[in-house]
Amino acid sequence: MSFKKTAILAAATSAIAMSAANADTIKMAFIDPLSGPFGPSGEAAYTSYLLAAEHINANGGINGDMIEVTGYDNKVNPKESLVQLQKAIDDGARYIMQGNGSSVAAALIDAVDKYNKRNPGDEVLFFNYAAVTPAFTNELCSFWHFRFDAHADMKMAAITDWIKTQDDIKSVYLIGQDYVFGQAVAAAAEGQLTEKRPDIEIVGNELHPLGKVKDFTPYIQKIISSGADAVITGNWGADMQLLTKAAAENGSDVPYLTFYGGSKGAVSSLGENGIGLLHQVTEGITNLEASDEQYALIEEYKERFPDYDYYYHRVWNVMDMFKKAAEEAGSTDPIPVAKALEGLSIEHAYGTATMRAEDHQIQQPLFISVVSDDVKYGVDNIDLGWKLVDNGTIAMDVAEQPTTCEMERPE
Amino acid sequence: METLVFGLLNGVSYGLLLFMLSSGLTLIFSMMGVLNFAHASFYMLGAYFAFTISGSSSFWVALFIAPVLVGLVGAVVERYGLRKVHPNGHVAELLFTFGLAYLIEEVVKIVYGKTAVDYRIPELLNFSAFQVYGASFPAYRLFIIVIAVGMLIGLWFLLKRTRAGLIIQAALTHPHMVGHLGHNVPLIFMMVFGIGCALAGLAGVMAGNIFVTDPAMAVQMGPIVFVVVVVGGIGSLEGAFVASLVIGLLQNLAVGINASFADIFGFLGLTEMSEVGSINISSLAPVLPFLLLVLILIFRPQGLMGEKEL
Amino acid sequence: MSDQSTYQRLAPSRGQKFTQRTLPFIILAAILLAIPMTGPSRTFYTIAHQMGINVVFALSYNMILGKGGLLSFGHAVYFGLGGYLAVHAMGWIEDEVGIWGSIPVFFLPVVGFVGGALAGALIGWPSTRKAGTTFAMISLGVAELIFAAAFMFDSFFGGEQGISGDRMNGIELFGLSMGPIAEVYWFIAFWMFVGILGMWAFTRTPLGKLSEATRDNAQRVQFIGYNPQRVRYMVFIFAGGFAGLAGGMAAVNYEIFTPDALSLIPSGLVLIMAYVGGITYFVGPIFGAILLTYMQSMLSDFTEAWLLYLGVLFIAIVMYAPRGIAGIVFGFIDGIRGSESGIYIKHWALNLLGILLMLIGLIILVEVSVRWSNGYGDIYEPFGMHLSHTNPLTWFLFLVASVAGIALSLFVKKQKEATA
Repeated sequence: MSFKKTAILAAATSAIAMSAANADTIKMAFIDPLSGPFGPSGEAAYTSYLLAAEHINANGGINGDMIEVTGYDNKVNPKESLVQLQKAIDDGARYIMQGNGSSVAAALIDAVDKYNKRNPGDEVLFFNYAAVTPAFTNELCSFWHFRFDAHADMKMAAITDWIKTQDDIKSVYLIGQDYVFGQAVAAAAEGQLTEKRPDIEIVGNELHPLGKVKDFTPYIQKIISSGADAVITGNWGADMQLLTKAAAENGSDVPYLTFYGGSKGAVSSLGENGIGLLHQVTEGITNLEASDEQYALIEEYKERFPDYDYYYHRVWNVMDMFKKAAEEAGSTDPIPVAKALEGLSIEHAYGTATMRAEDHQIQQPLFISVVSDDVKYGVDNIDLGWKLVDNGTIAMDVAEQPTTCEMERPE
Repeated sequence: METLVFGLLNGVSYGLLLFMLSSGLTLIFSMMGVLNFAHASFYMLGAYFAFTISGSSSFWVALFIAPVLVGLVGAVVERYGLRKVHPNGHVAELLFTFGLAYLIEEVVKIVYGKTAVDYRIPELLNFSAFQVYGASFPAYRLFIIVIAVGMLIGLWFLLKRTRAGLIIQAALTHPHMVGHLGHNVPLIFMMVFGIGCALAGLAGVMAGNIFVTDPAMAVQMGPIVFVVVVVGGIGSLEGAFVASLVIGLLQNLAVGINASFADIFGFLGLTEMSEVGSINISSLAPVLPFLLLVLILIFRPQGLMGEKEL
Repeated sequence: MSDQSTYQRLAPSRGQKFTQRTLPFIILAAILLAIPMTGPSRTFYTIAHQMGINVVFALSYNMILGKGGLLSFGHAVYFGLGGYLAVHAMGWIEDEVGIWGSIPVFFLPVVGFVGGALAGALIGWPSTRKAGTTFAMISLGVAELIFAAAFMFDSFFGGEQGISGDRMNGIELFGLSMGPIAEVYWFIAFWMFVGILGMWAFTRTPLGKLSEATRDNAQRVQFIGYNPQRVRYMVFIFAGGFAGLAGGMAAVNYEIFTPDALSLIPSGLVLIMAYVGGITYFVGPIFGAILLTYMQSMLSDFTEAWLLYLGVLFIAIVMYAPRGIAGIVFGFIDGIRGSESGIYIKHWALNLLGILLMLIGLIILVEVSVRWSNGYGDIYEPFGMHLSHTNPLTWFLFLVASVAGIALSLFVKKQKEATA
């Protein structure tokens, strides 16, 4: 059950089709939800990939080859993702991008491993841009998998580091999605809070089904009656938006410390109530000081895809690092590219990003931001946007976490 | 105590919404024997129509126009679809509505897109009605209760106190006899189907903005509606009413309970460490209606208040 | 004329037995053997495997719907439970738990069969006591219950992530490592053949015949001394078993099972497959499974509205061809063999033309609308025509095709009534 969005693609690539006539194409498959409750999350990233690929192609491509990004709808279902992976490989893709849903990422890591073992000489690489269960770059790490997003323990380290400076938070409530990622977030929060702020009491630890709850009111009322001073959640997509919607409706007025408060619709559903309360931790926000090119990029994205906001900054990191690695390796074949990616560093708009060689986990500074009405760029087509909080810049080494990865590398 | 009060308040408002949705299906099911799989699709249509209408005029116009439109769509479906399939038996009718549910969902996806639309609560009702234990109860949920009760009274009046209602009631149980008396039974069927769909549409207008208006809302609601109808008993609006409230309360109260199986059955030696012991009552909430359905069908096939077996 | 001779005349001759019973299986086997020789692509294998699994699954569903008269909304439960057991068994083979180390992965569908049959025996006991709508509703409730429970018992179902395995373990059978997709083909082909043969053989057993009798008139079955409840129960167990067999095939093919395999969506899809194919014929579900799998994987590449076409197809079948594709095919064969084959073919061809015209109208409408709705500026361009939603030609073509198609169909209907 897939559909290929050749539509946007056609529009995006037609401009450079002429110049690409003689070059090879590097096929990249984007396997993520493009419909359903998590559709907007997938589409926001997909459009980012399209624009990033378009820019690279317009500047002469990678080693002269043009990039073609094709979308495959997996409905956040691990089994469907494997069917789509099969299809993508049949269509000639050697690079797979996926991010929404750690359950899907786990299945893909496993499937890519098996495929590469069974089809030597025909390997594929998996660029994970958003599935942040720590295990993927620890006990489950794989040579074929690269993660371009800070994992849950790193993000939680950033949040708890900031909580350390907030003396008025005495109790927190943990709420998350009931699957491998939500469980990892809850475990990280519990572990790191007891270490950094042993005085904080965890007054609730709730897991709800992924993508099935339509009315979070009962959960919000539990949060309110628990008297928590802050809420920590790793929710994303519709689960994030609906949580904030219910919070606004029921008058929950404590800080929400989130991984994905930037999910489409979360800010607008909270509205003015969210100012100073809804926090998120990311690798960059549009309202940070940046170069003029970066501002131009943000504005171009918004103009091209008015439904979405420039949110997936890491997508540009994926593509830029891929380009640099392929150029250093002098090849666009997966194994040389993978080897060149190990230990590679790039300067991106908001700092330095390094792909740690031993576990293929990106290392970069993180930023904690809060909803504000005093910003350059709003989100969700309203005037509210994200603003850096005091002490909100978390240095790369603070967020860095040790790894237990023992990777098998091809010779 | 807080959880109990919240559970009751939310349970009643959700239960009444369920009743709005399932009363139409009860009418259709008991009269025509058709388990309308597309019933929840009409609920979805209600929400989407309301979204469109409230965008161009206001929510209050949508509140009246959208259910009427949904009712018209329902009447057309009955007249030109269901009636043709009727001679092939109940299974064919059921399968027809099953296919119709797919069709409506796809058409909605084409017209409104694959992701949720921003259908909002009217500004006039977007405030908190009162506060209990620090949490506010939204006025809009109170409004749902008022509309549902109003609809309940209206439906009761229509069925029990008007001539048309008497004919409908008679046609529910003895369609042939009513036909012999010179009433146009197919027309009555079409009207009942239309009214039933309009009620589902009304539920969609009311619920689309507190939940989510997206193409998956029908699939999500569909099975629950069946549970209400079957548990309540065929041909029994009272039964559907009781079943709606029971299910609404069950689901909302369960979410509020923090205990796990180990806490309850600890005396049997069940511990948190075992898999069954670690299951939370709150995570059972979505399962309870279906457990109820299976138990009812096995032990009391006529439903809570129904007279005949399924 | 004695009774004896009448029976002899009615009994099929040796030649008839061969052409009707043995020959189809020989042809099937020949096709299955011939396919790899054409050097098919990976994509072909991917789809063929899915078809094989769905054929067995849809046939198992028809054991209860077509032959047993039981409408179920939860048949995927048995597919899923059988498949889950098979995936676990795959893990046990990998870890060489107990005797599992000496069992080849090739035989996992047997494990699936056992799992599905056990689940059928357990769930069927309360649910098959009633037929009709009660049964349908219980199956719906049970399906939702098991689906929800799947997210609670992670050790068996694996939560959102599901359970994965690796088929390249244990003993190799027939020199198949089961790694490359071309080797998996033999596995799927073998078990599909076994599944079809097994289910066809089942219809020839006394239980299979009783099942049809119970569907048609449970009371009379009771009169001649059989218990309809028990008949339904037994058939249900076998249907669950064959669904589990399909699940076992899927377990090896995909090497993963997730709780979604138990949900209402695959249950609904298998119902559509069986019904569209034709539930009154044994081969009906095979047609349905092949067509729907093809639509699912290929049509979805051409158009994102494929589910809409599926819905239209299903409704059209329910309304106008309740005996499904098989009914249309066999009806056509009977028609051209009949006495008035000339008129029959003429009506048939006119009807086909009408349907095609309506289909063209529908496709134009849907494809143009989909692109309009997406708003990416993409335009539907069949045969070099430039059909955008602002182009009057689009709406003109749509109107002409639809109106002409409907008019033609009505005309044929009138003609038929006139000749009848």
